Amino acid sequence: MFIRITIPTLLLILLALVPFGAPGLQVLLTLALAKGIAVMGVTVLLRSGQVSFGHALYFAIAAYGGAFTLMLMPGADLIIVLVFGIVTAVLSGIIVGLFVARYRFIFFAMLNLAFSMIFWSILEKFYHYTGGADGMRLPRPTVMWIELERGAYELVMFYLALALALGLGWFSMRWLDSPTGQLFRTIKTNETRLQYLGMSPQRVMLTGYVLSALLCGVGGIIMGLVQGVVTPEYAFWVRSGEMVFIAVLGGAGSVPGALVGAAIYEIVRTYASAFAGDIWQLVLGTFLLIIILFAPGGIAGIYSGVMDRIAGKKEDSE
Amino acid sequence: MTHLLETKGLEIRFGGVVAADDITLQIDAGKNLAIIGPNGAGKTTFLNICTGWLKPASGKVYFEGRDVTPLSPRAITRLGVARAFQIPQLFTEHTALENLLIATAARDRLQNPIRALKDTRQRAEMMHLLDMINCTDAAHQQVDELSEGQRKLIDIAVALALRPKLLLMDEPTSGVASSEKFDVMEILVKALAEAEVTAVFVEHDMGIVERYADEVAVWNMGKIELRGTPQEVLEHPDVIRDVIGEVA
Repeated sequence: MFIRITIPTLLLILLALVPFGAPGLQVLLTLALAKGIAVMGVTVLLRSGQVSFGHALYFAIAAYGGAFTLMLMPGADLIIVLVFGIVTAVLSGIIVGLFVARYRFIFFAMLNLAFSMIFWSILEKFYHYTGGADGMRLPRPTVMWIELERGAYELVMFYLALALALGLGWFSMRWLDSPTGQLFRTIKTNETRLQYLGMSPQRVMLTGYVLSALLCGVGGIIMGLVQGVVTPEYAFWVRSGEMVFIAVLGGAGSVPGALVGAAIYEIVRTYASAFAGDIWQLVLGTFLLIIILFAPGGIAGIYSGVMDRIAGKKEDSE
Repeated sequence: MTHLLETKGLEIRFGGVVAADDITLQIDAGKNLAIIGPNGAGKTTFLNICTGWLKPASGKVYFEGRDVTPLSPRAITRLGVARAFQIPQLFTEHTALENLLIATAARDRLQNPIRALKDTRQRAEMMHLLDMINCTDAAHQQVDELSEGQRKLIDIAVALALRPKLLLMDEPTSGVASSEKFDVMEILVKALAEAEVTAVFVEHDMGIVERYADEVAVWNMGKIELRGTPQEVLEHPDVIRDVIGEVA
């Protein structure tokens, strides 16, 4: 047990010290944390046996929600922008969820994809409102009504992303073990029994779907605020696919795996594209193939296996 | 007098097969009814209609005097009609105890988003239920690792966890080793009596029917051919010929 929590704790301490020890990695890791939070949304859905190829929709909706907030209320505070962005994602999650929650498997995946691509088209075509392919700017908001310089703002965003990733990660894990979370997980194994418990599978599905939209929304608004601009690419299917990719890489269904997977993905992508030009996708693709074929539990599964082995060896030697 | 469950003139066909033909039946609280009949007689169809899974072409189902014919399975379940299946319908990625706790989460509409289901106050109640069905040892085992007999019992326990007034069971002893059948039924009947639940069960084992049913209804080709006490029904020449077989 001790060794099982030692490594995550050490990693967490190292992560918290990044702005001081390796400031060059700070923005990269903020973006990785934002993506990780969004991937947690996809991970939550995976626990019900469903995969969405369109969850970038909520990633984009929250970021655009934040951009519109800042356009209508210039100099608005960070908290207000965050809340507006997240509320927009949650409301959209409820509306789209009411429709898609009755579908499963490939239909569920493709309907989500369809919704995200419709939104992408709207963003592209309604140029006068959304800026089209150029997107919208997210000017730096105030933090506690104080205008910050870029360095200080990025530091705040790093710790905010870290706090949200930990807080929402903790909440997601608790929720998945809670009565509503456990009911949600039964979608994967037996909807007939669920109905014969007096529950509506659609309503049960909707609760998890809205949580996943919220998580994707939080990731999107942080990404937008850090990058300072949001483009339709936020809603594009490649972005949704990337979230599923990271979820599988981290360990399908593992909440901490989502964060670790996102960090590894971002680091590999950044450095591989710098050193290996156009073949970084090949590197990641091969890595994913290896994971699916030899370690279907992803990085979380590999970690858990190694820890079990160490714990087993310890028990044997005692 | 209001019956616990009452059906009037239920009819349903699947293509050329008549699965329910003018099924009119009353079930009163406290009297366990066994449904017997040859394969394809419409016994499971009757359970499916009573629980809202199938809608009859004509006829009505009343539960405690209320017309439940148009209601969904979940709405009927909420009124107090639970169902156990021929093939246990369980949550295979969960343990036996978790299956029961999930049923209580549905029953009590538990909403706390951060309190673990295993830490809810319903845990003690479900451990007692597991004890009643002699499955305490299986509490922390995943249900797909259990024997068929244990899975059957857990499936029924999940239904009982809902605190129903009426429990509909489809062949509760099928798939259970013949040496264990009476033990399983003994446990079940005791648990049902303690929970004050009226049971309707489809059964092929006449020994079980004779010992545990208060009343027996005989189904044949979608019709109720006969109804009476186990003695009256099981000694009837038509039942001996069509259902039990000549050797009996």
